[in-house]
Amino acid sequence: MIEVRSLVKSFGSHRVLDGVSLRVEKGESVVIIGRSGGGKSVLLKHLIGLVQPDAGEVLIDGENIARLNERELLRVRRRFGMLFQGAALFDSLTVAENVGFVLAREKQHTAAEVAKAVEEALEMVELPGTQSKKPSELSGGMRKRVGLARAIVYRPEIVLYDEPTTGLDPIVSDSIDQLIMRVNQHLNVTSVVVTHDMRTARRVGHRILMLHQKRMYVSDTPENLFHSTDPVVRQFIDGVSDPKEHNL
Amino acid sequence: MKLGAKAWINDWLEGLGRISQLLREVLQSAFTHRLDGSYFINQIYFIGVKSQSVVLITGAFTGMVLAAQTYFQFHKVKMDTATLAVVGVSMCSELGPVLTALMVAGRVGAAMAAELGTMRVTEQVDALRTLAAHPVDYLVVPRFLATLVAMPLLTAESIVVGIAAGYAVGVQLLQIDPTYLWHNMLRYTDPNEVVAGLTKATIFGGIIAIIGCYKGMSCGEGAEGVGKATTEAVVYSSISILIVNFFLTLALNRILE
Repeated sequence: MIEVRSLVKSFGSHRVLDGVSLRVEKGESVVIIGRSGGGKSVLLKHLIGLVQPDAGEVLIDGENIARLNERELLRVRRRFGMLFQGAALFDSLTVAENVGFVLAREKQHTAAEVAKAVEEALEMVELPGTQSKKPSELSGGMRKRVGLARAIVYRPEIVLYDEPTTGLDPIVSDSIDQLIMRVNQHLNVTSVVVTHDMRTARRVGHRILMLHQKRMYVSDTPENLFHSTDPVVRQFIDGVSDPKEHNL
Repeated sequence: MKLGAKAWINDWLEGLGRISQLLREVLQSAFTHRLDGSYFINQIYFIGVKSQSVVLITGAFTGMVLAAQTYFQFHKVKMDTATLAVVGVSMCSELGPVLTALMVAGRVGAAMAAELGTMRVTEQVDALRTLAAHPVDYLVVPRFLATLVAMPLLTAESIVVGIAAGYAVGVQLLQIDPTYLWHNMLRYTDPNEVVAGLTKATIFGGIIAIIGCYKGMSCGEGAEGVGKATTEAVVYSSISILIVNFFLTLALNRILE
């Protein structure tokens, strides 16, 4: 369903991705891990056309979106939902206006239908009754939940998560993990999660991909990956800054 | 030194090209896509209604000082009653549109750059794109059209208030005969001056909106990027207004002759 072939991306003289390839099947939940600043978020943004590659292809159901212009991409993006690292809620709008943004703009639904869909989405993320609040009145975890409600309210086929638990305490992180699993289960979506939170990676992914030195280093099930003896993988999973120091 | 100048010219031309591209996209979108009515009304309110106090104060004091200065010079040659005619012509064709545009550039152009710049650095513009909304359709077009509508109205207000304030100063403070003062103003202020002033105001509105939105949408990362974009929006739109005003004066003078 999602296929990336030999993706290359540089910002100025700094190459971030150098020949990255991956494939995500329909209904699969894939987690991409890797070091901070390693290009995970840039890779994720390529999947939805927010960033254009220097070379390579991004295929969504066989259609190469790397060649589409901004207006053509709008049609493709309607199939996606995305949760941003900082939630990226529109701070001039209320929670209800944020969550119902796409449905209200499409003008295919009555105001009552939009309100009902917003209510259901907010219930799904366990934030009922927050419709009239402004994003500035919400905590970090609540903002992420509203961001998730906004991403799923129009029933997308693919949901992208950019660092969904970064900056949250372990309890709120756990609730976000559970929400992601619930969304996968109930809405039967394809998920791509970018994270460096290993607990999230283990819980929400059917498969984990590791981005290392600008390329895809490994692709395996969480079980195999967490028992891997590969020094690069072990270093990341164990969170060791210098492997030699760890052996001492 | 030479390399620095070359880089500066390259950057300037690149910026000009990108602003032209944005303007083309805005015009295309304005004719082919449905405008978000409530968002447009909000922008009219913010740009038009909220700018009134600034524009009225500027217009009134400009008219007053112009009347006083003109009187001080004209009194020497016994042309006191022509004072308001100078105020009328100046306010309609030059000072009204230019000063209104400079004040709106400072208030509205800066706000557009800061708001869109903040949306960009907090990924709200990217979020908009993922929600299948084109940022030009949703963010730029309503601001552009609202400024086009608001600017001539604000300028008309500024002209009226400027002439009225000049009249009040002439009659109450400088003791000029009110009948001749008013009569001469009507005699020498051609309706074409008003047409030229309002045409300029509309074009200045377009310049303020397109530069403010461009600077916001292309701003650098972080607070520093937003600050720089805001400053540049005000500086570039103010300079552009003054330069374009000169050429518009020549062109409109020929067209409306």
